[in-house]
Amino acid sequence: MNNSILVVIVASGIAYGTPLLFAALGELLAERSGVLNLGVEGMMLVGAVMGFWAVQTIGGPGRTTLVLAVLVAAIAGALVALIFAFLVITLRANQIVSGLALTIFAGAAGLSSYLGNDLGLADSPAEHQFEPVDPFGLADVPVLGPILFGQTWLIYVSWVLVVVISLYLNRTRPGLNVRAVGESPQTADAMGISVSAYRYAHVLAGGALAGVGGACFSLALTPQWVDGLTGGAGWIAIALVIFSFWRPELCLVGAYFFGAFQALPFTLQARGVTIAPELFQALPYLMTIVVLVIVSSGISKRRLGAPGALGVPFVREER
Amino acid sequence: MTVRIERRLTQPHWLKVAVPAGSLVVAFFLIAIVLLATGHDPAATYRDLFEAAFTAPGALTQTLIGATPLIFTGLAAAAAFRMNLFNIGGEGQLYFGTIGASAAGLLLAGHSAPVLIVAMIVAGFASGAAWALIPGFLRAYLSTNEIITSLMLNYVAGLFLTYLIFDSHSYWRDTTSASAAVFPIGKVLPDAANWPTFGSSVVIPFGFLLGVVAATLLWVLYSRTRFGFEVQVMSDSPRAARYSGMRTRRKILAVMALSGGLAGLGGASQVGDFLHTLDADPKGLRAYGYGYTGIVVAALARYNPFAVVLIAFLLGGLQNAGAALQGPDFPSGLVGVMEGMILFTALGGELLVRYRVRFARRRPVVAAAEPKTPASEAAR
Repeated sequence: MNNSILVVIVASGIAYGTPLLFAALGELLAERSGVLNLGVEGMMLVGAVMGFWAVQTIGGPGRTTLVLAVLVAAIAGALVALIFAFLVITLRANQIVSGLALTIFAGAAGLSSYLGNDLGLADSPAEHQFEPVDPFGLADVPVLGPILFGQTWLIYVSWVLVVVISLYLNRTRPGLNVRAVGESPQTADAMGISVSAYRYAHVLAGGALAGVGGACFSLALTPQWVDGLTGGAGWIAIALVIFSFWRPELCLVGAYFFGAFQALPFTLQARGVTIAPELFQALPYLMTIVVLVIVSSGISKRRLGAPGALGVPFVREER
Repeated sequence: MTVRIERRLTQPHWLKVAVPAGSLVVAFFLIAIVLLATGHDPAATYRDLFEAAFTAPGALTQTLIGATPLIFTGLAAAAAFRMNLFNIGGEGQLYFGTIGASAAGLLLAGHSAPVLIVAMIVAGFASGAAWALIPGFLRAYLSTNEIITSLMLNYVAGLFLTYLIFDSHSYWRDTTSASAAVFPIGKVLPDAANWPTFGSSVVIPFGFLLGVVAATLLWVLYSRTRFGFEVQVMSDSPRAARYSGMRTRRKILAVMALSGGLAGLGGASQVGDFLHTLDADPKGLRAYGYGYTGIVVAALARYNPFAVVLIAFLLGGLQNAGAALQGPDFPSGLVGVMEGMILFTALGGELLVRYRVRFARRRPVVAAAEPKTPASEAAR
């Protein structure tokens, strides 16, 4: 029963969806503060390469090393995001071009490849990796076992993160301030909220989470380093934020949905079913377009809409 | 001392040249720091780079090959960004250009070279334009943000390409030859569909010349016609355009089609000049990201068509040199780092064109009017 196709698809959807979830939660924070960062793929790759570097060089017991490696990945992601934040917040540069520049700078043919090459990470097997854990010995329970208990710690961390971010945005003062900054920076500024401080903080947090998302690849899913390891997951994460209407709890559902579509071709192939895999792989992108059309059409704008000031630089002198 | 940033009322002409040039100098300085920090000799790296890009035997020919697609995708981005239409789907539109142009070349096999070449140009432009009209239509009639839709469609286009060659028995796929049995490939176009080249010591591809012609036409269109004037008004003040009766929706569709068509021409040139088949290999055409680099080209060129040609030539040189030098002395990924760094400084430098930075003594009045910090706000 635990090998039935549906269970396998859901379980692999969760495994593949976790890096998407981390990266999308980060992008969600940045977008809620009004900054559209298209550099997710680049930040993920730098997180992945630095996380892998940490695991290879720190040494010591596996568990501490892995925790430190995730931290290193988060810091690396945040540092890359800092470049972007400085450009678009302090220097008021175009967010779209800056985000693409970030991906070119840090991406598969940029800094991540440079670092992987200079630190000599390619072709070396991982010293440690996140193993599936089974804290309660329930992994053999029918249906729910493999879905809920045969997973790595990263997945449980991501669930906590969803709850924390959801509470933060809806129930805390700083969280409400972020939303004000994203909806109407002029109003937020008049309220005495520092727009640029909030934007800096959330773009950096977004970078850190993207770094962790990248580390999910190099420390758990595919424990190794090759150029372009994340294979476009950063772009799916951007799509996911829109697909989930900028809400963390829907992000969780969407991430597993998109993750399942990525894993589905492999699962089906292993069972001898041959449907063109491109169809499934294209679905996340097509569904995002559909959602975007729904969001932007007049009917639903009020309840589901994007942050009002998304992508617009805030210039205090020009209200 | 405080730093104050004020909007310039007029932008002096010399700044529009001085700032990009200055940005380039700053970028090369920053990259030198990165190189030093990782134990490479910047002076030697720059010298090798320049030689491999421009002065080594055959280098200019390779640089022109690298520059050709960037001219088209750069013009595509410039055409749309001028109207504040952020079409970042140049990548997918270029793929569709290759699909259309190779279909034309295969279908009309047996015709003379001029017929084939014209057909490929038309088909490439039309397929790119058609793919760009999807986000264009969504933007014009459903006011859906074109940035994300055009970006998503890049991936759909890439997957479609894979489907055509790897997972179906499409018209484009070669199913007969011996090598196709080992690894799926596209049918090879007839020889008459190979675009000509000019020159002997430096070989100029036909696509490069076509790109220069396209840049000239785009410049004429945007600075010498009513169409260009209306686009300018719509980008500067959409409201003024609407009140004066300009048809914004039609213009969105036209500009998106033009932008996608230019990217599609880039695809046609890839097929006609270099590939002579439909290339779906993820490590082939799709790995170069010409569509994305085109946006970088357009931004560096400040959306000026002639500057696009120049910047495409320089970046083509950089990419060519990166490919030629790849090895222990020239770390992989350096080209991307350099491109990114140049773009960062150029984008940052833009501030100096639009704004004036003033250093002034802090006055008590200004200090009193400053808002509370988020920390003090959160503490309450």
